[in-house]
Amino acid sequence: MLALITKRLLLAVPSLLGVIVVTFLLTRALPGDPAAYFAGPAATKEAIEQIRVKLGLDQPLYVQFARYVRDLAQGDLGNSLTTGQPVGYEIKTRLPASAELTLLGLLVSICIAVPLGVLAATRPNSPIDHACRVISTAGVSLPVFFTGLILVYVFYYLLGWAPAPLGRLDIFFSAPPHVTGFYLIDSVIAGDGEVFVGALKQLILPALTLGIFSLAPIARMTRASMLAALSSDFVRTARASGLTPFTVVITYAFRNAMLPVITTLGMVFSFLLGANVLVEKVFAWPGIGSFAVEALVASDFAPLQGFVLTMAVMYVGLNLLIDILYGIIDPRVRIEA
Amino acid sequence: MTPMVLAQQPARDAGLRATFRHARYILRENAVTGFAFALFLLIALAAVLGPYIVPYDPLASDTAAALKPPSLAHWAGTDQLGRDVLSRVVAATRLDLLIAFSSVALVFVAGGLAGVSAGFFGGWTDRVVGRIADTIMAFPLFVLAMGIVAALGNTVQNIVLATAIVNFPLYARVARAEANVLREAGFVHAARLCGNGESRILLGHVLPNIMPIMVVQMSLTMGYAILNAAGLSFIGLGVRPPTAEWGIMVAEGASFMVSGEWWIAFFPGAALMVAVFCFNLLGDGLRDIVDPRRRT
Repeated sequence: MLALITKRLLLAVPSLLGVIVVTFLLTRALPGDPAAYFAGPAATKEAIEQIRVKLGLDQPLYVQFARYVRDLAQGDLGNSLTTGQPVGYEIKTRLPASAELTLLGLLVSICIAVPLGVLAATRPNSPIDHACRVISTAGVSLPVFFTGLILVYVFYYLLGWAPAPLGRLDIFFSAPPHVTGFYLIDSVIAGDGEVFVGALKQLILPALTLGIFSLAPIARMTRASMLAALSSDFVRTARASGLTPFTVVITYAFRNAMLPVITTLGMVFSFLLGANVLVEKVFAWPGIGSFAVEALVASDFAPLQGFVLTMAVMYVGLNLLIDILYGIIDPRVRIEA
Repeated sequence: MTPMVLAQQPARDAGLRATFRHARYILRENAVTGFAFALFLLIALAAVLGPYIVPYDPLASDTAAALKPPSLAHWAGTDQLGRDVLSRVVAATRLDLLIAFSSVALVFVAGGLAGVSAGFFGGWTDRVVGRIADTIMAFPLFVLAMGIVAALGNTVQNIVLATAIVNFPLYARVARAEANVLREAGFVHAARLCGNGESRILLGHVLPNIMPIMVVQMSLTMGYAILNAAGLSFIGLGVRPPTAEWGIMVAEGASFMVSGEWWIAFFPGAALMVAVFCFNLLGDGLRDIVDPRRRT
C-alpha cells in the first residue's frame, strides 16, 4: 500500500511542476508592461522603473521563475490590488465556502446518479433506462448558470420556499464559531439548530445546481459499468447458485461496478470546480470562485493567478486521492504496484 | 471501425454507398438523431439568416417599451433598455456558433496533427505531445480557460484560443490512439513498400482514415465549446455589451430573475441549452454511424 502511495505521489510531481510553469507563464503573458500595470495609470516613468526592479522584472526569465517558486514555497501569492489583503489569506478564508458547496453538490449528484444508473442497467430499454439517457444528456447540455437562475426564479420568486440567493447565511444570523469553516458542521458543533437550518436553506439551491450539472457522467458510467458487471461470469454463477436478485445486484455486481465510477470522479471534479465559479456568481456565494470573478472585473491579476494555481493544485490532489482510494478498494491495483 | 474506414481505394464507392445506407438506417431507427439533425438545420439557418429575418434591430433601444413581458409585438419580451429579446437571441446565434466553430476547427487541426504524429512516430514526439496534454489536463478546464483569457487579453479571439487549448488533450488523445493502431495496418506497410516517405504515409494514408472518428469528436465537443464560451462571457470575459451573445444576455438578465422578469435571461439561456443539446445528440448519432461499437 505504501509503495502504491509513494508511486502515485511521484507521478503527481510532473503535473504539479507543469501547473506551476503554466501559471508562471500566464503572468508573464500579461498584456502590456506588467510593471506599468502594477504601478497604476497615474504612475511616473521613475515609479514604473522602481516597480520593475522591485518585482524583479529586469532579471532574466529563469531568475524570475526561481523567485516565483521561492515565493510560492513561502505561501506568498502576492497582494490583491482591490482589497489590499494578501491573496493567500483571502483564498484561505474563502476556500471553506467553496469546498462546502462543491462537496455537497457532489453528494447530491451521487445520491441521484448512482441509483438512477443502477436502475437503468437492471432494466435495459425500460422507461427508466430512457429517462436515464435523456436526463444525462440534458444534464450536460444545461448551462450551469442558467439552471441556477431557473431554480432561483421557481423556488425563490414563484414559490418563496428558498431564501434570497445572497450568500451563505441570512443577514439575521451570525456565522457559527470557526472550527472547520463549514457552516453546516460548525453549527452542529456549536449546537445551534437555527443556524444549521439557515445555512442548509442557503446551500440547497446552489448545491442542487452543481448536482444537476455533474449528474450526467456519473449516471452514464454507473449504467455502463453495471451493464458490464451484470453480464459477467461471476454474476451468472451467483444467479445459478440461487442467490436473491437483490444480493446479486448489490453485493456482486454493484461493488464491482463502482470501480470505473470512482475513476470518472476525476473528470467530474474538473467539471465541478469550473462550474463552481459560475454558480458562485449566480448565488453571490463568498467563495474563491466569486473572488476570482471580482478580481477579473477589476483587472486585478494576482488574485486570479492565485485562484488558478489553488484550483489546479487542489485538482491534482483530488486525482491523487482518487487513485489512492482506488488502490484501497481494488486489491489488484496494489499487487501491480 | 466501419468497413469504410478499412476499405481500400477501389472499394471506396461501394463503401460510401454502404455508409449512406447505414446512415439512413440509423436515422430511421433512431428518431432522436433525425430530430437533432433537423434542429441543427434550423440553428444553422438562424446563424446564416439571423440578422435579416429578425423583426427588430437587436441593438436599438426603446426605453418606452422597457421590461415588457412577452406579447404579440415582442414574442420574447423586451429587456431593461427596451431591446427586443427574440431579435437579440436569433441575431446572437451567428456569433455564438462562430466562436464555438472556430475554436473546434482550430483544435481539430492542431490537436489532430499533434495526436497523429505522436501515435505514428512515437518516441520523443509522443512524449512531448503527451506531456503537453497532461499539463492541460492537470487544470480544471474552465478555470484554465479563465486564466488564459485573463492573461492574454479580454478579446473574442482569445476566447476562441482558450476554448481550443482546453480541448486539445481530447483531440490529441483520440488521434494518437487511432494512429497508433493504423501504424501497423497492412495498407500502411504496403504504402511503405511502394516507396512512400513517412510524412507522405502520415498525411496521405493515415490521416484520411482517422477523419471519421475526428469529425465525431468535433461534433461531440462542439456543445462543450459553446458552453465554455458562453460561461466565459457570463462572467464578463470576451464579448462586451451591447453585442448580442447568449452568455452575456443571461448575465444581463440574471438580476431581473429575482424580481420576476424571467424572460430576459430565459430565452437566451434556452437557446444556449437547445443548441448544446442538439450538438450533443448529433455527436452521439454520428458516433453510432461511424463507430457502432462505442454505442452506449
